[in-house]
Amino acid sequence: MTTQQAARIGGVPAEEAALLERLRAGEPAAFEAWVRESTPRLLAVARRMLRNEDDAQDAVQDTFASAFRGLPRFQGGSRLSTWLHRIVVNVCLMKLRSRRRKPEEPIDELLPKFLDDGQMERPASPWRCSGEALLARHEGRKAVRDAIDRLPESHRNVLLLRDIEGLDTAEAAQALGISAGAVKTRLHRARLALRELIDPVLRKEAP
Amino acid sequence: MNCREFTDFMLAYLERELPVAQRASFEEHIRDCPPCLAYLDSYKETVALGKRVCALEDEAPADVPEPLIQAILSSRQS
Repeated sequence: MTTQQAARIGGVPAEEAALLERLRAGEPAAFEAWVRESTPRLLAVARRMLRNEDDAQDAVQDTFASAFRGLPRFQGGSRLSTWLHRIVVNVCLMKLRSRRRKPEEPIDELLPKFLDDGQMERPASPWRCSGEALLARHEGRKAVRDAIDRLPESHRNVLLLRDIEGLDTAEAAQALGISAGAVKTRLHRARLALRELIDPVLRKEAP
Repeated sequence: MNCREFTDFMLAYLERELPVAQRASFEEHIRDCPPCLAYLDSYKETVALGKRVCALEDEAPADVPEPLIQAILSSRQS
């Protein structure tokens, strides 16, 4: 057995197993360390999904309230961080459902257009700027983030769950209360729209 | 298969859900239509960029307000 293997118990790193033990024992210092370490990522997820700072902070508080209650029943079958991530995604989805739905802009305006014979109105050409070069620049990262935020909410949520938060089609369908077919259609349209939105940036020559 | 159908089938192609005959005509279209090949590449790059930009956000998140941390910790004690 390698040292690395020995340091893992049941797929969970030994230090996490030790933290879990301390949390179950109710050690205040362990809770504080756990909260301080986990909150930044949870807050990033909540900010992305809710796009409102107050709601995002509420979601993180609700996530920990749920986690504190659930800790005695946590089996340790997954990483604590994975477990918290699932909780924050569900909390955010509940908050999104409880919001009064605003009428959305139709996504069709953002999709590629075709001529009557089925050819693209604006045939694509290879991007001149690489994705890596784009992300190296602050304004490049911002362009992608802003484009995600411009997607209509019903499509944006599917894109976030499937492509960013790592849910599969069935999980996303269940979380959103829609069919698997609707998840696939919305995901594809969201990706097409996102591609159209960032296309002008990536068609430009890299600086 | 024309360019509109090619675009419609991209997700199913990438997720390996196209029936054999449709997959063959999709791949034939890739060979015959450089703009659609460029479009498919940029579609895949778009997905990768979305993932990467959000992963960077998670790795280096914006500031966490201390009052939030304190509110979470005090909620456990109450």
